[in-house]
Amino acid sequence: MKIQILGPGCAKCTRLMATAETAAKELGLDCEFEKISDINQIMSFGVMMTPGLVVDGEVKSVGKVPSVEEMKKLLQ
Amino acid sequence: MSATQIGCSCSCGSDAGPKILFACSGCADVGELADQAARQLTRDGAGRMACLAGISGRVSGIVKSAEAASVILAIDGCALDCTRKTLEIAGLPRVNHLRLSDLGFQKGATEVTAVSIAAVIDKAKLLL
Repeated sequence: MKIQILGPGCAKCTRLMATAETAAKELGLDCEFEKISDINQIMSFGVMMTPGLVVDGEVKSVGKVPSVEEMKKLLQ
Repeated sequence: MSATQIGCSCSCGSDAGPKILFACSGCADVGELADQAARQLTRDGAGRMACLAGISGRVSGIVKSAEAASVILAIDGCALDCTRKTLEIAGLPRVNHLRLSDLGFQKGATEVTAVSIAAVIDKAKLLL
């Protein structure tokens, strides 16, 4: 599973990455993580607000940091 | 004419999502007027235009961005209301709606000019 975190690298993006890592670990998922901070690359996903969570190419959330439990549902 | 700047913003410091504009951008003159007004509103910073086709095509980034919007404005040229219906089918709540035929712009008899674009923008800003 490939997880991409879209955002310039500020507080929410960092929290989103940490939440995704925690959820993936608790679920026992083998994930590849990637941070994307280039604005043009972010916009290529159609995203208009960060942070964004992309799982295997599909945008799962925009503009918020889900809880760990919510994140688990997004990753399953 | 300059390109429409479709931006992306960080939500840090604010939980308010962007004000997103969708226009029918239909082939009739009123569709063109809806499109041009949405583009100008984006250039003016009043909101940000997004692609209605992305909603129809279930493009995840566009759908999720619309779900995160603080305000959604649908601008339709005529009473077919393609924009409003597309957003409704996608399950997007709280959609404000502007129909240009209600403003007196008749399909097939509307000129897309700076004056007509400005008239639409004035009404649209009341709904953003």
